Amino acid sequence: MTASLDRPLRARTTGMRRSSAERARAGGRRRVTGALLTVAAWGAASLFFLPVLWMVLTTFHAEPDAATNPPSVAAPLTLENYASFFSSNPWPPILNSISASVGSTVLVIALALPAAYALAIKPVRRWTDVLFFALSTKFLPVVVGLLPLYLFATTTGLQDNIAMLVLLYTSMNLPIALWMLQRFLAEIPKEMLEAAELDGAGLATTLRSVIAPVALPGIAATSLICLIFSWNELLLARTLTATVAGTAPVFLTSFLTSQGLFLAQMCTAAFVISLPVLLAGFVAQDKLVQGLSMGAVK
Amino acid sequence: MTSAARRRTAASTGASVAPSRTVSAAGAAHLRRAAWARRLPLLPALIFLVVTTQIPFLATLVVSLTSWNALYPDQRGFAGLENFREVFADAELRSSLVTTVVLTVTVALVSLVLGLVLALLLDRSFRGRGIVRTMLIAPYLVVPVAAALLWKHALLNPQYGLVNGALTWIWGLFGSSAPPQPAWLAENPLLSVEATLVWQWTPFMMLILLSGLQSKPTDALEAAGIDGAGPWQTFRYVLFPHLRQYMELGALLGSIYIVQNFDAVYTLTAGGLGTANLPYSIYRTFFQAQDYGLASAMGVLVVIGTILIATFALRVVSSLLREEINR
Repeated sequence: MTASLDRPLRARTTGMRRSSAERARAGGRRRVTGALLTVAAWGAASLFFLPVLWMVLTTFHAEPDAATNPPSVAAPLTLENYASFFSSNPWPPILNSISASVGSTVLVIALALPAAYALAIKPVRRWTDVLFFALSTKFLPVVVGLLPLYLFATTTGLQDNIAMLVLLYTSMNLPIALWMLQRFLAEIPKEMLEAAELDGAGLATTLRSVIAPVALPGIAATSLICLIFSWNELLLARTLTATVAGTAPVFLTSFLTSQGLFLAQMCTAAFVISLPVLLAGFVAQDKLVQGLSMGAVK
Repeated sequence: MTSAARRRTAASTGASVAPSRTVSAAGAAHLRRAAWARRLPLLPALIFLVVTTQIPFLATLVVSLTSWNALYPDQRGFAGLENFREVFADAELRSSLVTTVVLTVTVALVSLVLGLVLALLLDRSFRGRGIVRTMLIAPYLVVPVAAALLWKHALLNPQYGLVNGALTWIWGLFGSSAPPQPAWLAENPLLSVEATLVWQWTPFMMLILLSGLQSKPTDALEAAGIDGAGPWQTFRYVLFPHLRQYMELGALLGSIYIVQNFDAVYTLTAGGLGTANLPYSIYRTFFQAQDYGLASAMGVLVVIGTILIATFALRVVSSLLREEINR
């Protein structure tokens, strides 16, 4: 609202000296600029959304109509791709993805919440160093630890086991969760905590009545982001799983090689596997915005 | 201080030594307990992180000093810095280092700028703003490997991809039957990978900057308006400094993920035609060449590089952590 915020103000302050005709002209110019900006926003959004729209449309087209040049937008719609996708039994990998992402998200929050409390509400000394260390583990590309993890998994029998993925996804998301929750908890006004302390409230009461109401949306946002990252992960899942514990993204890549390339079926598989994330993201847009900015950089 | 005075002081402290020592001992114990009570909630998370990230890294470090190729198990042994020398001597690996830097910088910068433009466009009320935002978030919410497949087959395929299909359609409108039909992935492989990643990361940058705009300093903006500052001046001197932290955050988080990108490179080009970045090269050295020692040395170098850059970025350039220290 940069432009529209200062302009009405300027118009108001200088408008006293302007004739009404001048004012009308300025208003008209503002309306034109506004309309242009709106058109630009819609145009950009359409451009960014087009590939997703195309993917969805292709899932409803028969295979011959999907691969045409120029594109056949108005081809008859069909559900046969969905029938064929679900008959290829995608459930085991989808269930694996659900277990891995939900399991690791629960573990992440259980580990990160107390730690974030120690970093934000009763900060330990040198707490920025702690945060920096946690974050620095993210600079370690996953692929760098892959060989030891692979060897560990094969020797302990954790190869092709969801538990291994749960642990690694937890490790992958913990630093980000820690940072986000630290920011969210730091938002809690110090005065409220001091007031609770003066009133003699115990830790449990303080947690329930002061911290929880402010922190819960933050915890939800953090969980959502951890869920998305775990659901999306390919490299670890590809390397550390085989037939039993393969996740949805692994299934997506192997589905293609085993079926050959059928464009409509590929789009169907890609769309179905993205659907949970798309829905969760659309529903929780505001939380996502808040969460991604770590509860607002202050 | 005279010696008499010193004696007096000594005497007075001496007199109170017994009670004060017990008090301070109890106090110290109490303080220690309090300090531990503060540190305790931190420990599970830290121990978990150390075990799951530092130990594998140490193992990688050890392996990087050995000659270990799974295809030649009997030639295993200490190699010193031989693997590191090989990394620098290998032209292909040097080029994957360059690719990583180019890919990361390009994608992070382009998506940051596009994200800023989009965030500014969305930071005003207009009809359908919610729908527009939902549409713009969508690319970020498509599973990355699904997005890579979508771009490779449904959009950039030279025969039936949407991009070339659209070119055919537009050229057809003007009666031409010879539209340009570039083989995008073969002719501009790195650009194709970058386009896919920019498409995925622009919404991320937009989201971060949008939340920055939501907390913009309204009074300062009003003051700038009253002082007669134009839109550009207002943006440059009021809004931009406010958004700086958000841009740093977006660039930092985006880069962390883009540096490590594996899905797009693996799916779109399988590292061919100069698109192999370091994560992909390491993956290939592990699982195809099975040269564990060499792959580990590459990994160690990547870590050293990223830690150096990130430390510099976070500690020197960025204000993200600095402000927090004053809390």
